[in-house]
Amino acid sequence: MNSVRKYLGIIWLLLGLYAGYFSITSVGVPKFQSGLAGNTSDMVFGIIMLFILTPIIVGALFTFGYYALSNDYDQ
Amino acid sequence: MDKAEAKGIKSVIAASSVGTMIEWYDFYIFGSLAPIIATKFSPQDNPTAALLSTLATFAAGFVVRPFGALFFGRLGDIVGRKYTFMMTLLLMGGATFMIGCVPSYEKIGFLAPLIVLILRLLQGLALGGEYGGAATYVAEHSPDDERGFWTSWIQTTATLGLFVSLIVIMLTKKSMDDVTFKDWGWRIPFWVSIFMVGISYLIRQKMSESPLFAKAKAEGKTSTNPIKESFGHRLNFKYVLLALLGATMGQGVIWYTGHYYAMNFLKTDCKVDSFMVEEIMTWAFVFGTPFFVVFGWLSDKIGRKRIMLAGMLIAIFSYFSIYKAMYNTATNINRTEVVEKATSVDTKAPDKKNPLDTIITTTIHKEFTDGTVYDETIKTTVLADKTLKAPMPKKDASNKLPSDAYWKLIFLVFIQVLFVTMVYGPIAAFLVEMFPVKIRYTSMSLPYHIGNGVFGGLMPAVAAYLTITAKGTGTTPLNPDWYLQGIWYPIIIASICFLIGLFYIDGSDNRIDD
Repeated sequence: MNSVRKYLGIIWLLLGLYAGYFSITSVGVPKFQSGLAGNTSDMVFGIIMLFILTPIIVGALFTFGYYALSNDYDQ
Repeated sequence: MDKAEAKGIKSVIAASSVGTMIEWYDFYIFGSLAPIIATKFSPQDNPTAALLSTLATFAAGFVVRPFGALFFGRLGDIVGRKYTFMMTLLLMGGATFMIGCVPSYEKIGFLAPLIVLILRLLQGLALGGEYGGAATYVAEHSPDDERGFWTSWIQTTATLGLFVSLIVIMLTKKSMDDVTFKDWGWRIPFWVSIFMVGISYLIRQKMSESPLFAKAKAEGKTSTNPIKESFGHRLNFKYVLLALLGATMGQGVIWYTGHYYAMNFLKTDCKVDSFMVEEIMTWAFVFGTPFFVVFGWLSDKIGRKRIMLAGMLIAIFSYFSIYKAMYNTATNINRTEVVEKATSVDTKAPDKKNPLDTIITTTIHKEFTDGTVYDETIKTTVLADKTLKAPMPKKDASNKLPSDAYWKLIFLVFIQVLFVTMVYGPIAAFLVEMFPVKIRYTSMSLPYHIGNGVFGGLMPAVAAYLTITAKGTGTTPLNPDWYLQGIWYPIIIASICFLIGLFYIDGSDNRIDD
């Protein structure tokens, strides 16, 4: 089971990459662009998405994946 | 546990739960009354006011709650649980009461949305610090084999807070006409808070400090820098990440789906009458809330991990069927219209803002054989200057459902609340058991508020994006099942959380005196 935990780490790293890509291209940037067009609400949400939420989501998945690959979660 | 101990822990539960419930109440009334608050404090023709209003909506949920978790968590691990969560209670109550007292934009200009923003940020900070304190305080009073049961009372408070906020708002609305409510009546739910906070403060003041924390403090074993020890040391930080990605992230999206998404889905996608939706949610909460305690108790018998993961798994596999059934029940796609009762009336009136323009209001009324009544209002602006582009017509529809559909929807929302109780009921005990006494408040608060505030709080935006993309802008939806696409977000997040929880969480050690 420890080796499953370890190699699943690669999945979490890839997931972190995809989550970052999705958050930026599908939510953050479109909201920001909509904000530039005059929608204040979208502008604020776009900024929060790009500069606060995306780093948290990506950072958490990346670090978790890295720890898993480093056998930190062996039982 | 003897009678004296049982009585003692009941007082602890009462003192903690009532206060936490009030904090959730305070947090939710702002959200429930946001459309009215926006008209009072931030007229759309003033961009600065609109920006401040938007910040108030997003910042408190996404940004400030985790900061509150860090700030008050640190305080709770250094000074003590009791004093910290008394402080969060006063901060929340004071801020809520003050929101009800802020003069409108018409009277004090842009200061109004600025003050509301500051007060809303204080609310977010207080909420960030409250939950961890209450959960830790109760858990540290509970015996090992009953911790899930006793802490589950804290878990009822978020749903109860939303429930009480809906009740108070509904009662206030019923006690006055719509104009009075929109004028000043909306302030009453904010004022009510100060009485509840006062009572809760008096109860909490009489309580003693958590025995485990008091012992650690007496022995000089408390932390001097809980934030560094929680997140700066890999040995503990890996558990913070595990708590977030293997538990609170899935719990956050399931909580939001069962509470807010279900409510918005019925209102926005199914066009059910707003008051009726609030009643449906209220009944579902009434029937569902006791199950927090049931699953908390069960987690003492068969383990927290099993119940939480089972809740996630059942939710993942049943959300599509539930939302399809909700849509088929709430909309009129399967109903037969009584054609002779249908009416459509057009009225014309000059636009109040630009009297040269005309507003055409089309009122459509339809009735169906099962008793459903559908009303729709379409407001179309006809501009005097034909060279300008007319704004999009404004549509407002409302479906009043018959009794059998009403109760079926209550049942369908209740099932979702049941999933929430499975995932959320045992989680306080689970989080408390993951971290040592000296950094417990800090370590458990942050993953809880990121899981709920970030992953749960993103639910409306991501779900709306998925739904709108599937629907398209034409008259025929791009995807015939467009209304189900928003539900992919909680399904995907809960699936990832389930796998991480399944493979990485041990959950066999339930001692908390380390």
